[in-house]
Amino acid sequence: MTRRQKYEADLRRRAGIKAGLSTAAVLLAIAILVPMAPGWPAVKKSFFNAEIFLKTFPGLLEAFVLDVAIFLWSVPLIAALGLGLALMRDAQSPGLMPLRLAAIGFIDVFRGVPVILVIFLIGFGIPGLGLPRPYNSPYIWGTVALVLTYSAYVAEIFRSGIESVHTSQRSAATSLGLSHGDVMRYVVLPQAIRRVVPANMNMLIALQKDVALLSFIGPVEILRQAGVYKSLMANFTPYVGAALIFLAVTIPATRFADYLLNRQRRARS
Amino acid sequence: MKLRLENLQKSFGTNHVLRGLSLDVAEGECICLIGSSGSGKSTVLRTINLLEPLDDGAIYLDGVDIAEPGLDPQPIRQRIGIVFQSFNLFPHMTAAGNVRLAPRRLGRASGAALNEQVGALFETFGLSQHMDHYPDQLSGGQQQRVAVIRALAMRPEIMLFDEVTSALDPELVGEVLDVMHRLRSERMTMIVATHEMAFAAEAADRVAMLDQGRIVEIGKAREVLTNPREQRTRDFLRLDRTA
Ligand SMILES: Nc1ncnc2c1ncn2[C@@H]1O[C@H](COP(=O)(O)OP(=O)(O)O)[C@@H](O)[C@H]1O
Ligand SMILES: [Mg+2]
Repeated sequence: MTRRQKYEADLRRRAGIKAGLSTAAVLLAIAILVPMAPGWPAVKKSFFNAEIFLKTFPGLLEAFVLDVAIFLWSVPLIAALGLGLALMRDAQSPGLMPLRLAAIGFIDVFRGVPVILVIFLIGFGIPGLGLPRPYNSPYIWGTVALVLTYSAYVAEIFRSGIESVHTSQRSAATSLGLSHGDVMRYVVLPQAIRRVVPANMNMLIALQKDVALLSFIGPVEILRQAGVYKSLMANFTPYVGAALIFLAVTIPATRFADYLLNRQRRARS
Repeated sequence: MKLRLENLQKSFGTNHVLRGLSLDVAEGECICLIGSSGSGKSTVLRTINLLEPLDDGAIYLDGVDIAEPGLDPQPIRQRIGIVFQSFNLFPHMTAAGNVRLAPRRLGRASGAALNEQVGALFETFGLSQHMDHYPDQLSGGQQQRVAVIRALAMRPEIMLFDEVTSALDPELVGEVLDVMHRLRSERMTMIVATHEMAFAAEAADRVAMLDQGRIVEIGKAREVLTNPREQRTRDFLRLDRTA
């Protein structure tokens, strides 16, 4: 070990001890103080009831499978529609003006309305037209509402990626005689899409949580299941269980997105 | 006459960049454009490749005006190669991938035939070991040579070079100039914007001095570089310094 390394190892060790001590002190204070609050026994009984937790957790996990399924079939649709909207919005030729206007309108509307409103309007509105089964399912139309809303956001992310590719890349490709479409497809988009992977990862994490909003229009996914248990047992512990299940998915996903972002920053510097 | 630039006019907003520039380039000729930064060298080259639309004037390639507004620029660009100061390789493709893209997409060649052609080009320019490397694994000089190969793969009739050594470390300039000397010896028609006066003196048939979007002096390389008629050229070359 060099002198420098020794010095830095020493610094790190001391910093580690300090961080450990202060964290332990705070946790200890919480553990002592919170149970002293007058309402704690009641809260503990209705939010952190171990018996109810164990009884309802498997059912919650099972309901979460529906969340995952809705999530999984939304993602490719959102990616395709978002990319399509981004390309439509940047369409150059005058003949494509209607497409361009449609994309701009679509993005403005779906970014401007709260997700839950879109879910209500589409999830209740379209089945209300009296379509035959299974096309009257709020499960389908609720998912469509999520796909439309998220596509609008993802389109803007793709567009920022496309704009971030330097014009010299387009010039170089154009100078070879490639068509506008080929320049986009082979030179601009591959670079643009790579650059916005971290931003899109964050959208996916938000989407995974927003799937729970469909509980308001019908599908028995995890949040609705938790609500059912809550009513049955007159206890809020199932909500805590549901929250833990979400965290088990979203925290690793967030860390992964951060990792991708950092790796990209390092690669570019 | 291979290429004839006639009274080129170009403005960016109120900035009048090309002010009636005219130039004839014979088949197999190598012309160097010199002039201070901002004199319009890059803009001339970009207009020839139709990357910048002209405001007025004409560009005749084999007698056909390619600056005619409304003409499909794609087939024309395929006949004119350009290499930029900043390499502009596609970073997500290997060196060979960069070179293959245009010939493949434009139906020049495909499969084994294309691979063979591309392999031969890398061989010629001494880059065979680097075909499968990505641009960020190559030195500046290697990247710029790949950029030349990428342009040559379309078998252009004219090559345009825009200060291709200006972004390179001094010790890497030589390998890129070697490539250009080689093209010169194969009688490629070339227009070269450059600050490398030694290259201009050695390789150019003629040297043109640009100032404020016009050619103020053009002639045999030796004459323009060592004994120019115009004061502007003398100032640029700092020939009067010791006097
Ligand atoms: N895309 C552009 N937009 C606006 N101005 C430009 C653009 N390209 C070049 N110019 C201007 O045109 C002038 C000539 O530039 P350029 O042709 O690059 O000169 P050179 O290559 O001789 O240095 C400069 O004043 C430059 O600022
Ligand atoms: Mg320039």
